[in-house]
Amino acid sequence: MSLLMTTSQTVGPFSRIGLQWLYRDRLFADGTRGVARRVSGRILDGEGRGVDGATIELWQANPQGRYPSPLSSPCANSKLEGFGRIEASADGAFGFHTLKPGALGADQAPHMLVAVFARGLLRHLVTRMYFPDEGANDGDHVLGSLETGRRETLIARCGDDSPDHLLWDIVLQGPAETVFFDC
Amino acid sequence: MSKTAGFRRPMVGTQPDYLSPGYGSSRLRSPTRPLVLLLHRESETTGPLFGADLLGPSDSDLTGQHAGEPLGARILVSGRVLDENARPVVGALVELWQANSAGRYAHAGDSHEAPLDPNFTGCGRVLTDERGGYRFTTIRPGEYPWRNHYNAWRPAHIHFSVFGPAFATRLVTQMYFPGDPLLPWDPIFNCVPDEKARARLVAQFDWECTLPGRAMGYRFDIVLRGREATPLQPAAGGRS
Repeated sequence: MSLLMTTSQTVGPFSRIGLQWLYRDRLFADGTRGVARRVSGRILDGEGRGVDGATIELWQANPQGRYPSPLSSPCANSKLEGFGRIEASADGAFGFHTLKPGALGADQAPHMLVAVFARGLLRHLVTRMYFPDEGANDGDHVLGSLETGRRETLIARCGDDSPDHLLWDIVLQGPAETVFFDC
Repeated sequence: MSKTAGFRRPMVGTQPDYLSPGYGSSRLRSPTRPLVLLLHRESETTGPLFGADLLGPSDSDLTGQHAGEPLGARILVSGRVLDENARPVVGALVELWQANSAGRYAHAGDSHEAPLDPNFTGCGRVLTDERGGYRFTTIRPGEYPWRNHYNAWRPAHIHFSVFGPAFATRLVTQMYFPGDPLLPWDPIFNCVPDEKARARLVAQFDWECTLPGRAMGYRFDIVLRGREATPLQPAAGGRS
C-alpha cells in the first residue's frame, strides 16, 4: 500500500509557543570532550533584512563522527546530543554552541544539517554548515558538486575575536543566496 | 559508508513551492536558485531520539494545563503517523500549537483584538505509540484576521510539527476543520494545486472517537516520507 506525504505548511509567526519547550542552543552536554565552537549569524531576506521569529534546527554527528541508531520502538530515554533548536531574534540573529563533528568518511567533511522554519516558508529550507580551515572540505562530495562562489555560502568564517567563534549567515534570497538542498 | 536506505522524494504536486505569490511573506523569503539534490547519507537518515522522559502528564491535554477549563468547544484530535509505505511511525514526536477559541495566540506578537484565555496556552506534544497513534485533547481554535490581503482571515487550524525517524522526514503542517467556509480563500491552505493533497489537510469528524456529552472527535492522519526500497548506493566519486 502506498500513501502520499502530507503537504507541508508554514510554521507561521507564532511557532514559539509550540516549539520553545525544546529550544537547545547547546548541542552537547557540558563536559563532553571535543573541539568547542560558538557559531553566530543572521538569517536575511531578499532585501537584506533580518528574518524575525525564525526557528533553526541543527543536526550533526558527535565528536567521534557517530550518529544514534534510528528507533524501532518507543524509547524511554531521549538522545538529543547533536540536536539543536534555536529561535532567531527579531532582527534575525541566532547563535549556538557545539562541538565539531568527527570524521565521517573519505568523501564527507565535518558538517551540520540545518533546517530553517519561518513565516513565509511554506516548507522548511535545508542547508548545511561546514567548518573553516578544514582540509576535508576539498574532498567533500557535496561541496565538490557546487560551483565556486556558491560553495562558500556553506562554510562558516572565523570570527575576529576568537578562533573558537565562527560566523555564518543564512541568506534566503538574492546574490549571496545560501545553497539550499532538496533533502 | 552508510548502507541506510534513503527516503523517496515527495510526489510532484504534493508539496508547495517556496514562492507562492498569493502568500505575501513568501516573496522575499523564497530562494531563487534551484534546490541542489542531496543524496541521503547518515546525516539525513538519522535524527535525535525523543523519549518519554521529555513529556509531562498534561502535555497531550491542552484543556488541563491550568487551574480552570479553557473557554470554547472541547475536542479530541487523534490519528496515526504513517510513512508513504503505510507503515506506522513509532515513537515520533508530535508537537502542536494553536490559537484559543477566540482566535488569539498566547504569543506577545499576536495583536488581534480578541481575548486571551488564562486557562489556555495552546501548545502540547506527544509521542506516537506502537501503532503510530497519537491523541490530543484541546479546544476548537477560532478563525482570525491577518494582513496578507484585504479582509483576509485564516481558517481555523492547528499547527503540527512531526519528527519521524530521520532529519529527512521532518514535517511541519497545519490541520484544518471540515466545512470551514474560509478554506477556499486561504493562500496557505491553497498553496498546492492538487485538490486531493489539500483535502488531506482537513480533519474528518470522527463519531467513534467522540466522547458522548463531552467532546467531539476529529481524525487527522499524517504521512511522512517513506524509505526507498533499496539502499542508495552513491555513484563513483560520490556524485550523482
